[in-house]
This record gives sequence, structure tokens and C-alpha cells, in this order.
Amino acid sequence: MKKNRNVGIVGVGQSVYSSHREEVNQPEMIHEAVVEALEHAGITMDDVDCVVHGNMELFEMVHQPDLWHVLGTGAWGKETLRVTTGGTTGATLACAADNLVASGLHDVVMAIGFEKLQEGHTTGGITNMADPLWARQLQTGALTGMTAADMITEFGEERAKKASMIYRIIMDEHAMLNKKAHRRLGLTMDQGDDLAKTSPALVGELRMIHMCSQSDGACVMIFASEEKAKEIRKGRRIAWFKDHITAHREEMFVLFGDAPVFTTHRYAAQKLFERNGIKDPVEEIDVFEMYDPSSWWGSDWLREFLLFDGDEALKLIENEEIRITGKFPVNPSGGVIASNPIGATAMVRVAEAALQVMGEAGDHQIPKDVHQALASGFGGTLWTVLMLLTDEPPH
Amino acid sequence: MKRVGICAVAQTTYERNKWHQRFQGMALEVLEQLLAATGLDFSEDGGINTTVSCSDDVFDARTISDNAMTDVLGAHFRCEEKVAQEGLQAVYYAAATILSGHTDVVLVMGHAKESQSASRNMITHLAFDPYYTRPVGLDFLAAAGLQARAYGLRSKISEEQLARIVVRARENAAKNDRIQDLAQVTAEEVMASELLADPIRDLHTYPVSDGCVGMILASEERAKTLTDNPVWITGTGNCIDSFFLGDRDYAGNFPLQKAAERAYKRAGITDPAKAFDVAEISDQYAYQLPMWAEGLSLCPENAGPAYMDALGKNHGPAVNPSGGMLAGNPLLLGGLVRAAECALQLKGEAGGRQVPDAKRALAHGVMGPAGQFHSVMVLERD
Repeated sequence: MKKNRNVGIVGVGQSVYSSHREEVNQPEMIHEAVVEALEHAGITMDDVDCVVHGNMELFEMVHQPDLWHVLGTGAWGKETLRVTTGGTTGATLACAADNLVASGLHDVVMAIGFEKLQEGHTTGGITNMADPLWARQLQTGALTGMTAADMITEFGEERAKKASMIYRIIMDEHAMLNKKAHRRLGLTMDQGDDLAKTSPALVGELRMIHMCSQSDGACVMIFASEEKAKEIRKGRRIAWFKDHITAHREEMFVLFGDAPVFTTHRYAAQKLFERNGIKDPVEEIDVFEMYDPSSWWGSDWLREFLLFDGDEALKLIENEEIRITGKFPVNPSGGVIASNPIGATAMVRVAEAALQVMGEAGDHQIPKDVHQALASGFGGTLWTVLMLLTDEPPH
Repeated sequence: MKRVGICAVAQTTYERNKWHQRFQGMALEVLEQLLAATGLDFSEDGGINTTVSCSDDVFDARTISDNAMTDVLGAHFRCEEKVAQEGLQAVYYAAATILSGHTDVVLVMGHAKESQSASRNMITHLAFDPYYTRPVGLDFLAAAGLQARAYGLRSKISEEQLARIVVRARENAAKNDRIQDLAQVTAEEVMASELLADPIRDLHTYPVSDGCVGMILASEERAKTLTDNPVWITGTGNCIDSFFLGDRDYAGNFPLQKAAERAYKRAGITDPAKAFDVAEISDQYAYQLPMWAEGLSLCPENAGPAYMDALGKNHGPAVNPSGGMLAGNPLLLGGLVRAAECALQLKGEAGGRQVPDAKRALAHGVMGPAGQFHSVMVLERD
């Protein structure tokens, strides 16, 4: 199907991500990111037609918080939409903003993802997604050790543990370049073996050091029609929204015991690459911002997104090709393991990918031209949103 | 704007307590009707390729409330996105996904079971900020009480006029086969019913209800192949007002006027009072029906009470032939049910509540304390 019109990303704003943003309330924290996005684009709130908002209500226990947040979003008197899809929310918001601009209904749309996890109980909130009759007793929030166990079975304990730790430490190196990142630990490769033994175990071999944070933070993106985007960016590079795909699946993670699971990640990647003529993603995509809730999932999911079989993705990690200076940079921002305000997290992936295309990612800009960037969102029971950004108007 | 077609509509009945059905059961009942009506399935080749659901985490007491629904909404490796806002917004968003060219057939499905919570006020209380307004004990009912008082002072609406709005809603509901177990009442009974938030009385209030509503939307080309009588979405508009009640003129209709202006402009409507055959308005409380009628420019400011008295005798649209929200639709789905009712009217499938020869209809949804957010949609048939 042909897109009605091109949509460009013209501004990005992020609050500082931290475990405790006690000095601001929710609208104030959102306001930080809104102001930064407007300044980045070089426009004012008067130029925005519609504001799209999303997060998970039960994390902060605020019902339809866009009503209160209007104090910080600037949406007063404007058209709005509120969309939420669990962890994928931020990416879904980006898709929604893209749809709204492409539809011709609005020329400039601002998308806002936020979470203030400090104000609630994150693991309790996530456990609450499970069916109260059948699954809630078994749910351990977002903590699942299954992938660690699977990778250890497949690749052997030593190799699997080492790879996930290399992945973890590279992510921390990246976070050290990103002043907004929440966890910037200053890890070095020689600490890996020790950390794999001493970091507190959460579930099996999923340890504290592997797992993403719980953060407070907001991310804002501004989308505009081709005409408006060119007018707003005044010759500066624009990140164009080339295509997006969403693949959800059923409520249960595993229904049939040991049967191999065809993941939504692989399905989405296959479809998206096919639709956009991408034959060799590692060669054709310059940077990938991946929603990696833990370094186990990050290591395992690279294989799915890049349509690899066997241990090719593992080799990419072992050879440290995913580093910002490597052949296939992954998460130059530090990724989800560094910062995780859930309703914003997936949007941060899109926003960071956009900054890379614009060439405006600052200290964590990858040292080569970015023509094509990939961003993923993850949520629910292994749901995927995958999107492709380019530096040229795509249609 | 280009046209998006509503091809099929289905609703469960709305009841005080559907204890015998879970959310998924209600949705399956609606989905099966929609698939039967259109012959669609979820195949990759020409099937439904996007679902826009509408539900709320707090009402469902489920984080990611759509997660529980994916099995019955065809979301197996498909796009499913949840609008966590007033239900009419799900139709607006679904229409946008089609207009964007990203998809051509969308399933819209909204569900809510208000019977599950001890009180809806407990839920809407959580919409207030935890620092200033929550400690005062505000909820949507209390905020509506303040607005009802302010509107009463402005429009001089009488107790009798408010009571007649409720009596009329229930008379209309008796012709609506989707409304169950709702008693007829007299004006005297309404005026004698318990005060909940002065001046709002128990019978002025939309009844607790459980239910599910769905529709199939398609691009103009696809819609013509899926049904003989598509209903076209020709205009949408919404608007949000500020949050603190003290910052707002809640006796006025600022956000609704803005929302309506936008929808009318997109639909090319210049004289709204004469433009519609049917208007389905989200009246959570009796005072809202005349107040929103003013905001929608169906009548002049302060003429709402007289406009209600003259319904059926004036030349305006049939207002809430379904019974409206006063007949019992979940808070979250008010506007979505209104759009579904408009579509049924325009398709000529509204049964006992059919308005003869309806060609153009107006659907309205509202959310937030004292009407903070409004959404408006214009629907037409060929």
C-alpha cells in the first residue's frame, strides 16, 4: 500500500533519565522534554496541531493521565490522542504520529511517552498484566530467566555468559557517552568474569547487572509533513519515517512446551525488509536502536532482527562489532539497560535512531554517515514494533 | 478529507452486570458478528490487517488491558494498537491509519465492565493529580456536580426539564434492543431520587454498564466491496481543555465548540443546526444533553433546555434515538457507541429505533472532569 504522504521527524526532546526525579512532578518532567523538542525543532507550541500521549496507568495509578498532564504537554486547545500498548507504547506513539500526519488530518504532531516508575511498583504493575485466574501466580514481572537458560543450553555456559556480558559492557560504554542515560557505571571488559559471578541473581542466570533499570523520564518527538518538515528544518538533515510494522501475539508466552517459537521480531523484520528491499540488513542498515530489556534478550534478539541462524549474531557481539565504532553499531545511546522509563522507552529508540540520521546525537553520534536506521519496540507478551528511518524522503 | 467507510457494526447488549461473560467473551460475540457481516478474516491477503482496540487499564484492573484481548482480536502476528481514551477516539485513530495509506481494513473494538469495580468514582478519582485535587476527594461525579450547578445558573434549566430528559431517554431506550434491564421512570421519580452530587440526582446519572462494541472500517475502495451501504466518516475533531477546574470556564463549552468546529470544517458543514438527521450525544448526566447541544451549535447558547423540550417538534435532528448514555453505556465507550448508533441509523439497520431516511449523523464523545475533553465525528451515507 502506498503511503499518503511523507512524514519527517523534525525535533527530539528527552528529560534526564534517573531512578528518582523527585524534584519534578509528572507534568513538569514531561514539560522538560517538550521544551527541548520544540527548541530542537526551532518551533513553538503554536505550530503543533495534535499531541499524542501514552504510558501505563497502573504504574503511577493515574487514570487517563493526559488529562492532568495537559499542564505540561502544551496540548490545551489542541487535538489529542492517547495510545498505549505496554512496553511498545513509545514506538506505537511514533507510529500513531506518523499515521496522523500521513493521513493529512494534521501537519505537525507531537508524540509524548513518559513514565515515572519511582511513583509506583514496577514489578507489581507488570505482574498485574497476567490473567488473574490462570497466570498471575506464575508471573514475575518483567524478570524472565528463560532466554538465559535457552542460550546456555544452545551455546554452552561459558560462551553464552561471556557474550551476554560483552554485550552488557559495550552498552555501558555507550551509556557513558550519553549524559541523559540513567545508569552510567563505567564498566570495563576485565570486570566481566567477576560480575557474571558476583552480581545478585534475579531468575536463574539473569542477574542484576544484565537487567534494565526502572527509570523516571519523558521522551518527545515532533513529526511533520514533508512540506512542513523542510520548512522547519531549514536545510538541516531530516529523519524520514520510511516504514513501520507492528506484530502482536497471544497472551501466553509459551503454549506448547519446548516447541520452537517463531518470534514476532523475526516476522516483523522479514516483512519490513521485504517491503523495503533490504537484502542484507547488516550491510544496508547503519545503526540499530534495539529495545533490549536485558543483555540476554539483547544478545538473543539480534539474531531474530537480523534474520540470522546459528551463532552469527553471537559472533557479532564477541567480535565487538556492535560497538559505536563497529561494523554494526547497536544502541549508541546505551539502550534500555541504561535507561528505562517504560512508556517512553520504545520512543527513545526511535528518537535516538532519528538523532543518528540527523547527525545530531552529540557524543554518541556514530562516526559514519547514517543513511538508514532501524528502531525496535518490545512489549506485552513478546510484541514487536519495528521501524525504518532514512535520510531521504522515501516515497 | 478522503472518505473512510464503516462497513459493519456490532454490539453486545449493555447490562448492569454481565457476570456470566469475561471481557474476551463479550469481544468474541461482537467479532463473530462482524466477520459474518463482512465475510472478512485475518488472512494476510486482503483480510483485516490492523486492530484498534479501546479499553482502560484501571477499569479492567489489568496493566496493558489489550494484552488479554489479543487472542480474540486477531492480533496473531498482526498490528493491534489500543486507544486508552474516550472510545470515539478509536474510530478517529482507525480512520487516520487508513487515510495514511498504511492499512485498508481495520477492526475497531472497545470493551468495558464497570460492574467489576466497587464504584466508578473510585476510578475517576484517580484521574486527579495526587497533590492538590485528589486530597479534596474529587471524582468525575463531583466535578460534574459543580458543572451542573454552573450550567443551571446560566441556562435556568428546571428540575422538571432535567427529569423529562431522563424520562425521554428511557422511553427511547425501550425501543433499543441493545439496552437491557432498564426500568421506565416518571418525572416525579426522577425528581425524588437521591442527590449524589448536588444538583445531580441518582436518576440523572448514566447507569453502571458492561458491554462491548465493534466495527469494521475500510478505505473507500475496499468499503464498497465489503458492504452495500457503507457509512462514510467525513469529519472528525477533538479538543482538550486545561486541567484544574479553577482554570476553566466549565459553565461554558470551549473545548466542545473547538472540537465541533474542527469536525464541521473537515466535513464542510456551515449550518450545524440544520445539517443532521440524527445526533447521538454522550450525556453522562441529564444536564449534559442540553449543554452539549449548545456546544455542538445545534441550538444557541442558553437555549438548551427549550431545545430539549421542543425535540420532535422542531426541525433539528433526532437526538439520541438510542437512549444515549443515560440508557447505560460504559463511560469509556460512550462516544464509540454513539458512532456505532449513528452508523446503524445511516445503514437503516437501527430496528425499532430507526429514524426514517437518515442521511447525515453527528456522534459525540466526552471524557475527563466536567467535560475536559470532547470528540466529535460527522458520518454520512451516499
